[in-house]
Amino acid sequence: MGRYILRRLISAVPVLLGITVIVFAIMALIPGDPATAILGSYATPENVEKLNRDLGLDKPLVAQYFIWLGNMVQGDFGTSFSLNRPVIDEVLERFNATLILAGTAFVICSVLGIAAGVVSAANQYGWGDKAITFVVLLGISIPSFFLGMMMILYFAVNLRLFPVSGMWPIYGTRDIWALLDHLVLPASALAVVATGVIARLSRSAMLEVLRQDFIRTARAKGVHERGVIWRHALRAAMVSIIPVLGIQAGFVLSGAVYIEIVFQWPGVGRMLVDAILKRDILLVQGGVVFVAACYVMFNILVDVAQSLLDPRIKT
Amino acid sequence: MSLISITRRGVLAAGTALALSIGAMSGALAQSPPGVLIVGQIAEPKSLDPSAITALNDFRIAFNVYDGLVRYKDGTLEVEPALATDWTISEDGTEYTFNLREGVSFHDGSPFTAEAVKFTFDRMLKEDHPYYDTGPFPLSFMMGAISAVDVVDDLTVKFTLNEPYAPFLSNLAYSPGLIVSMEGVKQHGAEFGRNPAGTGPFKFAEWRSNEAVVVEANADYWDGAPELQAIVFRPITDANTRTAEMLAGGIDLMVEVPPVALSEFQGDAYTVHEQAGPHVWFLILNAKEGPFADKLVRQAANYAINKTALVDEVLEGTAAVAAGPTPPAFAWAYNEDLEPYPYDPEKARELLAEAGVEGAELTFYVTEGGSGMLDPIAMGTAIQADLEAVGFDVKIETYEWNTFLGNVNPGLEGKADMAEMAWMTNDPDTLPFLALRTEAWPDKGGFNSGYYSNPKVDELLEAARVATDQDERARLYKEMQVIVQEDAPWVFVANWKQNAVTSDKVEGFSLQPSFFLLLDDVVKN
Repeated sequence: MGRYILRRLISAVPVLLGITVIVFAIMALIPGDPATAILGSYATPENVEKLNRDLGLDKPLVAQYFIWLGNMVQGDFGTSFSLNRPVIDEVLERFNATLILAGTAFVICSVLGIAAGVVSAANQYGWGDKAITFVVLLGISIPSFFLGMMMILYFAVNLRLFPVSGMWPIYGTRDIWALLDHLVLPASALAVVATGVIARLSRSAMLEVLRQDFIRTARAKGVHERGVIWRHALRAAMVSIIPVLGIQAGFVLSGAVYIEIVFQWPGVGRMLVDAILKRDILLVQGGVVFVAACYVMFNILVDVAQSLLDPRIKT
Repeated sequence: MSLISITRRGVLAAGTALALSIGAMSGALAQSPPGVLIVGQIAEPKSLDPSAITALNDFRIAFNVYDGLVRYKDGTLEVEPALATDWTISEDGTEYTFNLREGVSFHDGSPFTAEAVKFTFDRMLKEDHPYYDTGPFPLSFMMGAISAVDVVDDLTVKFTLNEPYAPFLSNLAYSPGLIVSMEGVKQHGAEFGRNPAGTGPFKFAEWRSNEAVVVEANADYWDGAPELQAIVFRPITDANTRTAEMLAGGIDLMVEVPPVALSEFQGDAYTVHEQAGPHVWFLILNAKEGPFADKLVRQAANYAINKTALVDEVLEGTAAVAAGPTPPAFAWAYNEDLEPYPYDPEKARELLAEAGVEGAELTFYVTEGGSGMLDPIAMGTAIQADLEAVGFDVKIETYEWNTFLGNVNPGLEGKADMAEMAWMTNDPDTLPFLALRTEAWPDKGGFNSGYYSNPKVDELLEAARVATDQDERARLYKEMQVIVQEDAPWVFVANWKQNAVTSDKVEGFSLQPSFFLLLDDVVKN
């Protein structure tokens, strides 16, 4: 197992290097430069040139890339032009907020999605199955940002049950309840689509398992139906559900960008959008590389988890 | 079947638990306490260093934290004393000597003296100053006339100018004229923008990235302590979310209400404020080449565009039709006799026929958004339709704001025939001087991207700059406006009326024609 993990970790290195090249190239290719963004409407070509020189952006691209990469390997992601703050501090702080949001959404969609899929499968073609299939289809079809806006309008503005936006109360205590209060709407909006996808795939995974011999054996041995479904069948189905969860975790994380904007959540997605608009090159590059590295690590984790659950997967 | 019943029970239980927890939590929805004003801002500030900022969004905070030597009198764009109690101007208009207010301290405790004034300006203007690299200072050109700042004694400071420069006092009241703490800059260097210290009515307390900037009342403020205990500036970039926060009571004051949302705030619970300011939204026409090199064609464009429809329908009445290059907010310098070009497509067609221009192809630069640009895409497409109705063939090219500036500021030659633009300025001199003179063509470092040139206009603007008598200046500007309107280097489109909404808990708030947000007299119950 240790060797398998090590092998997966080593194979991640070229992936990460590729990401740095792509991110760097994209930022170099898009029009607009940080000097114009910093100087605003009052950017004369002369001042733009001078400022770009001061920022070290007049060097050849290849040189810029290696300087950046070299610093990053040593843990220095540079300083954001627009925030005047070390990129890594900003990214870590914001990533934390995103993890809280995406993590909560992930828990919601995994629990609800798997439960809905199992119930659906256990009652195939019954009314419960039909109702769940209908709701799931509805959930998959609604764009999360639209759902988010509607939630704000109804639950925050009309009913005043939850705050409209932000992560913490602007004034008042900052405890777990305050955080949960701010989390309910954005996490639910974010979870809806993924819940639907997980429910559908869990349903088919369960149906496949339920048709197998060992289920018949369990039933013949007199295991209670609840035990058959939740203990025997679900456990076997998890092997095919876990990769889906892994993909959905990535989906939730990237979907968080829209939700962060609608709900003004101070996460990494919103940070990246702002940074792109401000041409804050180092912040965009650092942010994307960090997020990409997290994805890669996450995928390795999912693979490892899967191989632990299913001994048939060679390690 | 047992499975379903259990699940049903489970769902019921879960639902009940959720409902209970919602009930429990909803009570915890905190409204801000009295005395604390929560302002919904349009974006995260870039910096709170007044020498480095250029955006209105940042000015809205900075002008509550810093003072200048002078400031605009409440509700006007006229200059009155602030940190300077009075001043004298030499006969030839090149030496300004200011007497400074006594006993004023910066928020970090260091005293306000002539030394701090000198430091503020030298830092911005002298490339060899030890703290010059804590910039950049994009608006330092407003102070470009200063050749030296000298400390006469602790409370007297003398500015020497290269030449007489009439907008000087008015520029001192703008953001690059705000006085920064010397100790603060020395301590924080380039980080000063995140650790600001001034002498203003509010002192900086906290900057929580993308959440809020908090300032607290300065009890020792020389002009009397403010009524509020604290102000929280919240960046809420999404206009719909900002509106929702205002409706839900999460913020007390909201600036830049989207035109379509204004109707939400009718009724007693809210007050909608509106104030015209020194803003012009115009189209730069390329007078160097292509169809707009002909004055008749430029005039035709001015007749062809239905500006009333633009301000009433696209902008829902949040702007007024512009008549010329100078906004009416500069009351003393504005030519009241100027009438906007009327919407007259027939006249436009006649002028085009007279100029012998038919079916001319135009490349039109449109931006997606940007400072003061209002609703640039919708406005651009409406303008395109109006121009096509009189026989132009208009091709729109849309750019993101920074890319747009990078294309437009170096000049339109060889690229485009027209481009959208908007300026917000503090003095009637700034915009025409930087964008209409021959000497302001892009290759000379100015913003005259359409290459307009009229020797008479150049002469008037140079003369207005050195005229020390305001009536004389006013006469010169008024004459300039008549010529520029006739020459039509731009299509004069709109003057924005800024707006804001306050809840019924807020008293004593008014918008300023300077577009600054001054909150020291505001009360929140």
